Amino acid sequence: MTAAGAGTPVPAPPMIEARDVVKSFGHTPALRQASVSVRAGEILAVMGPSGSGKSTLLHCLAGIFTPDRGEIRFDGRRLDTLSEPQRTKLRRTAFGFVFQFGQLVPELTAADNVALPLLLDRVKRKDAYEKAAAWLDRLQLKGLGGRRTGELSGGEAQRVALARALVIRPRVLFADEPTGSLDSLSGEMVMDLMVALAREEETTVVLVTHEARVAACTDREILVRDGRVFDPRAAEVGR
Amino acid sequence: MSVPLTMLGLLEREPSHGYELKRDYDAYFGRDRPLPFGQVYATLARLARDGKVIAGGAEPGAGPERKRYVITEAGATEVETWLAEPTEPEPHLQTVLFTKVVLAQMLGHPADRYLDTQRTAHLARMRELTELKRGGDLLDVLRADYGLFHLEADLRWIEMTAARLDALAKEVRR
Repeated sequence: MTAAGAGTPVPAPPMIEARDVVKSFGHTPALRQASVSVRAGEILAVMGPSGSGKSTLLHCLAGIFTPDRGEIRFDGRRLDTLSEPQRTKLRRTAFGFVFQFGQLVPELTAADNVALPLLLDRVKRKDAYEKAAAWLDRLQLKGLGGRRTGELSGGEAQRVALARALVIRPRVLFADEPTGSLDSLSGEMVMDLMVALAREEETTVVLVTHEARVAACTDREILVRDGRVFDPRAAEVGR
Repeated sequence: MSVPLTMLGLLEREPSHGYELKRDYDAYFGRDRPLPFGQVYATLARLARDGKVIAGGAEPGAGPERKRYVITEAGATEVETWLAEPTEPEPHLQTVLFTKVVLAQMLGHPADRYLDTQRTAHLARMRELTELKRGGDLLDVLRADYGLFHLEADLRWIEMTAARLDALAKEVRR
């Protein structure tokens, strides 16, 4: 990439982007030339029916899956051409993840779970646990740091998972049906906190959901249908 | 109210007599509330006055009304515009959403595009209500929730219907 001349305003590249991504599992196509572009700080909902390819798109954007064809770019740089160790490092340092189920380590306490990414990144134990406590506090879980996963409600466990995803202050947070297993009120609390904290931290969010009320908490939505992306903004421009 | 536009849509499919229009309207859109004959002829008269349909000459035969009505270019444009535009998202839209989708499939208009546009409009309204909740007191929250859950129900219907468009086309196209 070349540097622009002095005084020339250069539009910031999208924070995360898929260009004409094709991905199949065996003979089953999951994505057929899917493209999406997410601005820095934007909160995007990826909607679509079950099996439409929305989770596959998230996994490709996050560098978990490698596309068969097409490009993934993170902050302007190719991500899909990185080696597996490079991508693993990126996922650990620049990306946060929240899934629907089973993401906390059950043998550990809430505080241990939140401190874990920092400890893996060789942050000093005392600092890691101080940060973990601060994040548990921000997620309205003060006093619950000593509890094990089994002693938490579904909503509390999901907020612990959110704290663990955010404790490394990721550039991009990937969330796959984060409220899918929660009742309406707990889900609303998780979404309110996720959106508020992402705004405060200027974290970009890619959120997969099939729930319209969850998508309504985001800045905009795209729809994945049969492996293709429908972007209402592009449709408006095209009309 | 969408009765005049629905009647126009049926006339775009094929020129019809008043009684045929009533029969088709009732079969597709008026199963719960059949259209009174008086309303059919009053609506046709208004549509003719406004240049959206043309009444053919009286035909011989029994019965009070034997005119065949044909849609005009202006009428067809009005139907097309109506089918393409999203409806103001509010609770209890069932009749309008249903009518637009069935009519669009019947006429070979892009019903999927209409559903996409409607989904976008619904989500935009849901974002406004979500924002209202963020800044509001508990009473605002409860009112906004009511709207959100109803709009969400519409959206679930929209998704199901989108998945059934091919089958619907087979059912309603001649």
